[in-house]
Amino acid sequence: LARRKLAEFNVGGLIVESRSKEKQLMLNDVKRNYVRYVAVAAFVIAVATMPLFGGHYYLTIGNFIGVYGIAALGLALLIGYAGQVSLAHAAFVGIGAFSSAILTTRFDMNPWLAMAIGVVLATLIAAVIGIPLLKLEGHVLAVATLALSIVIYTLFIEMRPLTGGYDGISGIPHVSFGGFVFQSDRSNYYLIWTFVLFGFLFASNVANSRVGRALRSIHTFFGGSETAAQSLGISPAKYKIKVFALSAAYASLAGSLYAHWITFVNPEPFNIFISLLMLIMVTIGGMGSLWGALIGSCVIVISGEVFRELLTKVVPGAAGEIEMVAYGLLLILILLFMPRGLVFAPDIIENLISKRRTRVPIAQNDLSGR
Amino acid sequence: LPALDEILQFTITGISIGSLYAIVGIGFMIIYSVTRVVNFAQGEFVMLGGMLSVTFYQWGLPLSISILLAIAATTLLGMVFYQSVIYPIRKAPGFSLVLITFASSLVIRGVATICWGSQPRSLPYFLGSTPVSIAGAILNPQAIWVITSTGLMAASLFFFFRYTITGKAFEACAVSTFLATLMGIKPTRMGLFAFTLASALTALAGAVITPLTFPHVGIGIHLSVKGFTAALIGGLDRIEGVIVGGLALGVLEALGAGFVSSRYKDVIALVVLLILLTFRHQGLLGKAKTGRV
Repeated sequence: LARRKLAEFNVGGLIVESRSKEKQLMLNDVKRNYVRYVAVAAFVIAVATMPLFGGHYYLTIGNFIGVYGIAALGLALLIGYAGQVSLAHAAFVGIGAFSSAILTTRFDMNPWLAMAIGVVLATLIAAVIGIPLLKLEGHVLAVATLALSIVIYTLFIEMRPLTGGYDGISGIPHVSFGGFVFQSDRSNYYLIWTFVLFGFLFASNVANSRVGRALRSIHTFFGGSETAAQSLGISPAKYKIKVFALSAAYASLAGSLYAHWITFVNPEPFNIFISLLMLIMVTIGGMGSLWGALIGSCVIVISGEVFRELLTKVVPGAAGEIEMVAYGLLLILILLFMPRGLVFAPDIIENLISKRRTRVPIAQNDLSGR
Repeated sequence: LPALDEILQFTITGISIGSLYAIVGIGFMIIYSVTRVVNFAQGEFVMLGGMLSVTFYQWGLPLSISILLAIAATTLLGMVFYQSVIYPIRKAPGFSLVLITFASSLVIRGVATICWGSQPRSLPYFLGSTPVSIAGAILNPQAIWVITSTGLMAASLFFFFRYTITGKAFEACAVSTFLATLMGIKPTRMGLFAFTLASALTALAGAVITPLTFPHVGIGIHLSVKGFTAALIGGLDRIEGVIVGGLALGVLEALGAGFVSSRYKDVIALVVLLILLTFRHQGLLGKAKTGRV
């Protein structure tokens, strides 16, 4: 049964690792998962063809989904594979955005170079924070990243000569490639989604690499055990640090793309509430699944738009607070009632149809661990 | 060179705000030691204690009744919070618990903002408003209330954990829930108790500090982080340590705000936290207990 759970989980995330499993089991999985393959194909076609008939408004939404999607991919790797929570991801996005903004406007640097420097900076900060903290048990990283996000946000506001304070920085140049300037929303859409594609492929490679396998063997979510992994010579801390640094790099990249697309940044979008949004994206889509991160960012960005439309009609003003309460409640409800996320909705539906109750509970902590 | 009476003045201010950090830190420690939950909503209970007292007082109730009601309401919320949110997923992986307390803190803050707006509120001083002068520095009469109530709370907690059977059961749970279960102690009951106690303590601290600090709905998250820092300085296992940690943090912050810049006031505590976590994760006063991976 344990083996079966594992197989289901991997195919669920489309991180197919069936090579080592019996052919029959694999065939069963393919049959059982046709819903997913159809859904993935539909998703890819929708993303690729959307700009052909979508207007300015839809392109903007598409771009936001892409930007959030990149950051959420990194966060999904961190939560799903290292079992750690970062509350500073909006701040890492901000580091990317402000690196791009400051280096291109104040120092006339090439946008691509500025983007790369932002990524290096975010990775370094994450590594410096992560190296001591991820060696510890428990969830110190969550507390430290909360502190970090407040510190970084305060710095964005208070370091006026560099960041422009509340006014922010405008006139950030668009990126260009071989003479072509990514100026319109449409060209930025393709640019951002190209990064989503490569980000996704890279992340799934990481998930299937030695690092990914090591992390899955640690993570109780996948039925692994930290003690067992250690006895095989796997150092959990080493891998957790790598993934944390990588996820910060993803966030920073998302921030740079955002800055070069919008051409304006101020500290506002990099607060703790946006970190919450990203955490919801990962959890609503399905922790431990990269598709979940993309589905989550689609669901949250689109529902956010609908929600805002409705809210401004019903209650003008106080919309921000109501949004915060609604999203907070949403996260609580997901964690309580649907901890495996939307990616596993097909499973649940199929189980309902076939009346086979193969409900897989969320991994339990063992009592003896204390 | 800073004048001596200035330093003394900042120290006194620091001690009164530090008492608050100490109480929040104790709340953190009580919950963490029994349930291993890092409760990000802790600071919100301080905010609720303060804001509810103000609201009841504005309705025309006497000050003492308002504060008692506020504490009762916040405590009730703490119990409901444990039973409805923490208890159902107590066996889920740690990151779910972290996420859920974080989400809860934002929900509480959002609802509070909708109810009260974001203006700071205040209560009158409890008794008298004549400042007491000590060696050139001025001690606010309310600060005496704050420091005394913190001392009383700490002493009664100390007594409770040392000499009562419930307190002993509680400590047993903190050492090992598994072994405590074998001794017939219900860890879930102790968990509920921890949340009840912690929310009552922090609500009281929030009410007492209100005349001094003019709280607004946004203070919760900062207080959570600072309370955690205080608990961490103390080593997360002893009340005395957490109190020393809270006071030290408060004084450091007041001195920093007074002599460096008040704009970076909140950053000081957070930098202390990050440095501590990096170099001395077992806390300044704690024994090396946290396991290394």
